[in-house]
Amino acid sequence: MRRSINILTKVDWLTVGIYLLLVFLGWINIYAAVYNDEHQSILDLSQRYGKQLIWISAALVLAITIFLIELRFYSFFAYVLYGLVIGLLIAVILFGKEINGARSWFQFGSFHFQPSEFAKIATCLALAKYLSSYDLKLKSFKTSLYLMGIIFLPSLLIALQPDMGSAMVFVALILVAYREGFSELILVVGFILMVLFFLALLINSFLILVILTGLALISFWIVSKSYKRTFAATLIIAIPSVIIFLLVKKEVLKLDTYYIILLALAVTIPVFLYNAYQRRLKYVYLILLFLLGSIAFTFSVDYVFNNVLREHQQQRVNILLGIESDPLGIGYNVAQSKIAIGSGGWNGKGFLQGTQTKFDFVPEQSTDFIFCTVGEEWGFLGTSLVVLLFLFLLMRLIKLAERQRSDFSRIYGYGVISILFFHFAVNIGMTIGIMPVIGIPLPFFSYGGSSLWAFTILLFIFLRLDASRMELLK
Amino acid sequence: MNPYAGRKYIVGGIIVLVGIIFLIRLFFLQVLDSSYETTADSNARRNEIQYAARGLIYDRKGEILVYNEAAYDLMINPPLLGSFDTIDFCRILEVSKREVIEGIGVAKKYSRYKPSIFIRQISSMTYAVMQEKLYKFPGFFVQARTLRKYPRDIAAHALGYVGEVSEADIERNPYYQMGDYIGVSGIEKSFEEELRGEKGSKNYLVDVHNRIKGSYKGGREDKKSEVGRNVISTLDADLQEYGEKLMQKFRGSIVAIEPATGEVLALITSPAYRPSLLVGRVRSVNFRALSVDTLKPWFNRALMAFYAPGSTFKTVNGLIGLQEKTIHTGSEYYCDLGFHMSGYSVACHYHDSPLDFRESVRSSCNAYFNHVFMGILNDPKFGSVSESYKNWRRHVLTFGFGNTLDTDFINELSGFVPEDTFYDNIYGKGHWNFLTVRSLSIGQGELGITPIQMANLAATIANRGYYYTPHVIKEIEGGEIDERFSVRHYTSIDSAHFEAVADGMEGAVNEAGGTAWRARVKHFTVCGKTGTAEVPPYEDHSIFIAFAPKQDPKIAISVYVEHGGFGNIWAAPIAGLMAEQFLYDSISKPYMEEYVLKGVRVDQE
Repeated sequence: MRRSINILTKVDWLTVGIYLLLVFLGWINIYAAVYNDEHQSILDLSQRYGKQLIWISAALVLAITIFLIELRFYSFFAYVLYGLVIGLLIAVILFGKEINGARSWFQFGSFHFQPSEFAKIATCLALAKYLSSYDLKLKSFKTSLYLMGIIFLPSLLIALQPDMGSAMVFVALILVAYREGFSELILVVGFILMVLFFLALLINSFLILVILTGLALISFWIVSKSYKRTFAATLIIAIPSVIIFLLVKKEVLKLDTYYIILLALAVTIPVFLYNAYQRRLKYVYLILLFLLGSIAFTFSVDYVFNNVLREHQQQRVNILLGIESDPLGIGYNVAQSKIAIGSGGWNGKGFLQGTQTKFDFVPEQSTDFIFCTVGEEWGFLGTSLVVLLFLFLLMRLIKLAERQRSDFSRIYGYGVISILFFHFAVNIGMTIGIMPVIGIPLPFFSYGGSSLWAFTILLFIFLRLDASRMELLK
Repeated sequence: MNPYAGRKYIVGGIIVLVGIIFLIRLFFLQVLDSSYETTADSNARRNEIQYAARGLIYDRKGEILVYNEAAYDLMINPPLLGSFDTIDFCRILEVSKREVIEGIGVAKKYSRYKPSIFIRQISSMTYAVMQEKLYKFPGFFVQARTLRKYPRDIAAHALGYVGEVSEADIERNPYYQMGDYIGVSGIEKSFEEELRGEKGSKNYLVDVHNRIKGSYKGGREDKKSEVGRNVISTLDADLQEYGEKLMQKFRGSIVAIEPATGEVLALITSPAYRPSLLVGRVRSVNFRALSVDTLKPWFNRALMAFYAPGSTFKTVNGLIGLQEKTIHTGSEYYCDLGFHMSGYSVACHYHDSPLDFRESVRSSCNAYFNHVFMGILNDPKFGSVSESYKNWRRHVLTFGFGNTLDTDFINELSGFVPEDTFYDNIYGKGHWNFLTVRSLSIGQGELGITPIQMANLAATIANRGYYYTPHVIKEIEGGEIDERFSVRHYTSIDSAHFEAVADGMEGAVNEAGGTAWRARVKHFTVCGKTGTAEVPPYEDHSIFIAFAPKQDPKIAISVYVEHGGFGNIWAAPIAGLMAEQFLYDSISKPYMEEYVLKGVRVDQE
């Protein structure tokens, strides 16, 4: 009894307040988005706004429950929970119910359950556990490998459902790794991966290959500071390329232009490796690793885009990249979303007065596109309030994370920040047309039990850890 | 202290940066760019046009000539389309499955989100069946329109027809929108503004599927439609129908005018078409068929045919001669089977000689009117042929020739009376004289006169010197007809001179030696003048103008039968029958009616 009173005084009520405010704003906007004359009561349980109230009540119960659970449970069972979630993710691919072409849901009677939402929590816990483990060698290759494994194993399984939106969320956890001391390169690599991802879709692979090879040679020159060696390296790559090109031209070999350089590289890389080994030039390994990694990445993006992504997912990327712009076709969703938000003006059309969101011009107006309702009915004042609330929440969470005494709590806190931030950035970004349409919800706002509960658990575990921040967890 | 604690600023910085980008973007989207507001408005607002029923058209006796019948356009709304029983659908609408599939394709191509017409003007029978089953065909709805309906199916050229507006119409007048109807010809066109009424509009809030969600701004921007105004035309439906019947075998026209008012009693063009052919779903097929018909049923001969007046024009020359005192009613000229002078000859048929003015009108003597016209052109008081000609032309124009009459028909042709400079250009100034233009004496040569102008001449003689501009609309419900139709237009000829012409015309029909005995009727006196316009190498046009009765005339008529021969062969009996039909409502000489209806020529002078 004494302990729980103790905890209550230590809870960060400011964060709880912002959480409640966001949940409340979300609820009334869901009401506005699906409002109709026949069901005017906001408590009507047959409607989404009525149901959302149930989800909210349940979420609050969950939040309290989390506080009742023994503190050490989270760190102690982190790997177990992670393993459990991985099991569920495999099970859902095999036995899940197919909705909108993806096996993301378990169905037990009328109860739906989306394991990918909870995979985020378990991954954060596992990541925190691993990175806070004693005598962890940050610089070792093994550590990096394990780290990537923890982050991307669930991501990969979710991508197989396929639910690309949820799968991409895990990329955000790179931020955690960065905060914990991994090289700045990890951010740069993350950024380059994103740029390459889009480049691979925009320009042809041959050009990317030429650019990457050029980049590798330039970095070689910068690091080695030797014209002679760079020139030699260039020749080593160029000569086989030209030879193979001529062979193709004479139709001795039948190859795509893309493979000419690839083949040339394959021939010359052993030469470089041998050279590097003899002269003990470590950086050559790195440059080669980067080159091959990038090639493999663009190649796989191309492959994934053409063979794994479904048509509507390809189209979503295409809309953002401006490859296909067709206001009444597939770009329709983004166009309508922008119209809805844009028509709100300074202070909006007023509560329940929005026409675009209410009359279904905007798709998924109570879930992924809930921000449109805010924009249309509350105008710039409403949207900036929501954006500022999220910024404030995230800043507050950084402050909380930094004040933790135990590494586990801090790392978990950054996991929460990264995931909330990714959802915030991608969701609002897509509604205002600066991000591709990736169907992920706006935390605390969007309609849906699974996502609200998952975000609530994610946040309140951290608040629970924070409430006991003076205790050292190991 | 954690060695990497400083990185919290980087993480925080990235988050704040994204937030700022969002705020800037939102500011641009919501505050600076106002275009989204209008897009949103048009997105969610459906303007439904409330079509106004067109005004009705009555004949002079109050009989309906044109009314409206409800018709229904089957509309398609692509976003609401669902699967439906195609076989049932095809059976009700009598279309093939392929047509349905193609139609859906066309509609989707037009717009994937906006409704469009799927099948135009389905009948009320089909509509009744469709209405019951509409719920089975998601994505289809019915929009009410009105179609023109013709109880007697007559007077196509006078009434005109209605069609969908063209791009050019929309550009000319912003009132019209795609799919609106507009009068294309005849009364429908001339009185379009009165007949059409005012479209109304209803504004609805709609959702993305174009489902109505409520009224826009509580209906404050709605507008009720106003029904078009009814008009009473001057046409006499019985006379019109009878005239069309008489002309069945012929190409040509009949125009009948009430002399006391200028009201057009009948306006007949032959060949014509039945106005009902241009209504409803049969329209497009018929329109094409009529357009390629070599008999040119579109051609409104009554208003637009350009004929020489032939001998009917002798009345005008005679009147000018009397007015200029180059002759008097007692003047006599010899006719030696024609007019012979300086090696030129104009032939004439056999008749007594010499004849005075009245008798020469009766017998239509060519020689006489050559003398008359020579007298006019060689009138010493003008000093030159050219000046005399100018004076003659001035007289002619006061009869309404050489220009449009300014009727309430839009497509009336002007006709042609050459100016003196016309001959100057051909022969050189001062190098032409009476002999050069002698064919004008008998209404041949360069004259171009329309049938309605000829009827107006008959009315002018009937009135003994004036006419009212012919018009086809008597009354407009809640409006007034133009003042120009109640103005008497006097010719430049003194009224006193007309009686002699009327006498001559009486003789032509009713006396032995008259040229137009076939126009004679039992109960009253028809006054008429035959004409025969030469159109070599073809058979002459048969022409006749008439008015009746002689005193207090009630009807003035012009009849043209193309290639019908001498005026008395067809034109005269038709005029007589028309007058009798109008004045007595029965025919005293059934054999004459039978002769005309049969259309087999009997030359019996």
